[in-house]
Amino acid sequence: MKPSRSSARSSAMLKRLQLGRRAVIAFPLVWLTLFFLLPFALVLKISLSEAAIAIPPYGPLLEYADQTLHVFLNLGNYLYLLTDSLYIAAYWGSVKTAFIATLVCLLMGYPMAYAMARAPARWQLLLLLLVMLPSWTSFLIRVYAWMGILSNSGLINNLLIGLGLIDSPLRMMNTQFAVTIGIVYAYLPFMVLPLYAHLTRLDNALLEAASDLGSRKLNTFIKVTLPLSMGGIVAGSMLVFIPAVGEFVIPELLGGPDTLMIGKVLWEEFFLNRDWPVASALAMVMLLLLLVPIVWFHRYQSRELES
Amino acid sequence: MSIRRPNFSTVMLVLGLLFLYLPMFVLVVYSFNASKLVTVWAGFSTQWYGELFRDQQILSAVWTSLRIAFFAASMAVCLGTVAAFVMTRYGHFRGKTALSSMVTAPLVMPEVITGLSLLLLFVQMAQITGWPADRGMATIWIAHTTFCSAYVAVVVAARLREVDHSIEEAAMDLGSPPVKTFFSITLPIITPALAAGWLLAFTLSLDDLVIASFVSGPGANTLPMVVFSSVRMGVSPKINALATLIILIVSLATLLAWFFMRRNETKRKAALKDV
Repeated sequence: MKPSRSSARSSAMLKRLQLGRRAVIAFPLVWLTLFFLLPFALVLKISLSEAAIAIPPYGPLLEYADQTLHVFLNLGNYLYLLTDSLYIAAYWGSVKTAFIATLVCLLMGYPMAYAMARAPARWQLLLLLLVMLPSWTSFLIRVYAWMGILSNSGLINNLLIGLGLIDSPLRMMNTQFAVTIGIVYAYLPFMVLPLYAHLTRLDNALLEAASDLGSRKLNTFIKVTLPLSMGGIVAGSMLVFIPAVGEFVIPELLGGPDTLMIGKVLWEEFFLNRDWPVASALAMVMLLLLLVPIVWFHRYQSRELES
Repeated sequence: MSIRRPNFSTVMLVLGLLFLYLPMFVLVVYSFNASKLVTVWAGFSTQWYGELFRDQQILSAVWTSLRIAFFAASMAVCLGTVAAFVMTRYGHFRGKTALSSMVTAPLVMPEVITGLSLLLLFVQMAQITGWPADRGMATIWIAHTTFCSAYVAVVVAARLREVDHSIEEAAMDLGSPPVKTFFSITLPIITPALAAGWLLAFTLSLDDLVIASFVSGPGANTLPMVVFSSVRMGVSPKINALATLIILIVSLATLLAWFFMRRNETKRKAALKDV
């Protein structure tokens, strides 16, 4: 065999392999760039344009007239968000509500995940499926369930009045309480799942060693279990906090006039006022607020993905 | 073994499960209520199921949602699997950081942002290329594929990391081209993860209200959109009947999955014993 021909063939094959490799990488990269990254650039662009009575309802950023290129960068939408206290209150309300709900989820979810990880092996899969099952049904319907429970003529009020504990119904629907309980209820499985994944990987030998060396249970928990499950705490908390900040369905169905949340404000700005530039500016500011938690979650997640 | 005092975490697990299941139980019970007032019990009746099946708007929305979910889940499995494969098997390449960010970000991105940004994209695309002239099933399909593929990628990547890499390398050392290696070795091993990813994507697509509301047009109403416009007006026993059916189907599917997973587990253990 002539070495030159063989090397030519192998280099041709190598080229084909390289090409194939690039094509495989390009498929998800191009799709996600087009349908995930590029849209954010458009949100930024439209947040800088002026609202107009047109289809679509915003003005151009570039205009060419009289041999000059006019660039319009309208910061008015952002300034408008600062001047109207409604928006600042909505951002604050969202962050506060999401934070409280995340904390409640963590306090409920951690012991649940801990008990699951410590349960006999043949029970673990069943328990995991039981926790996840509600999240596979329907988000909307699970939020809707609380309307029937919390309303003035709802289950809890009927029960309490029937028992003679109260005379007039407690107002629970359309309150901060209802929104918080709705978020906790809807997102609890997403907190438990990563916590369980971390706690079940925990090496029992470490806990036994700590106990053999005379560490008390609480001490062992704080010094061994808690630090080793930190990844699960971060992942679970971010999986609850970030979507909860932008939540629309829960404040719309369970909230009232005093429960301002930014997801609902954005929805109304877009669908009711048809002010696309202000809705885009609202989205940009929300994204900016969530940048740190998203990067934090991404760091953790890509470590998991690559390790 | 002695009987232990129930500890704090076990009590919390039981309470947590009660918290998760009681509201769904209430929904199911009231779907059989004769009264139109959802909160007053007036005897057993199945009339709301009859009304549900006569509601043309809901039935056609179910059909629309099922079709979108089927195609979105299928495409998301292709896209997500390739993304997961590239992330776990390709070592370093240019654009890897960008790809991994775009794979994990949709998992936590608030839906209103995703929905708004995709709508703006479709509007811009229609202005420049003339497509999509009408938003509807196709645009919802693209939107759902995009966010569902992130979930598929996470599920499949977890499986790919578990799998023994050396079998694939052995096949390639023996001269099997990468494409053949993937289809005859890697794919069969990760099939359970593909099935899990497909099911997850299917339920996510069926469930989505916010993103679909942004990118849909006048032609396409998905089931969550119809349910939402009804629920906004207040509680309705017809929706309870629908909820009961959804809970029933998901429970049966989960039970089936549990049965198969447990059987596989026992088989594997038995095989290990024989060795």
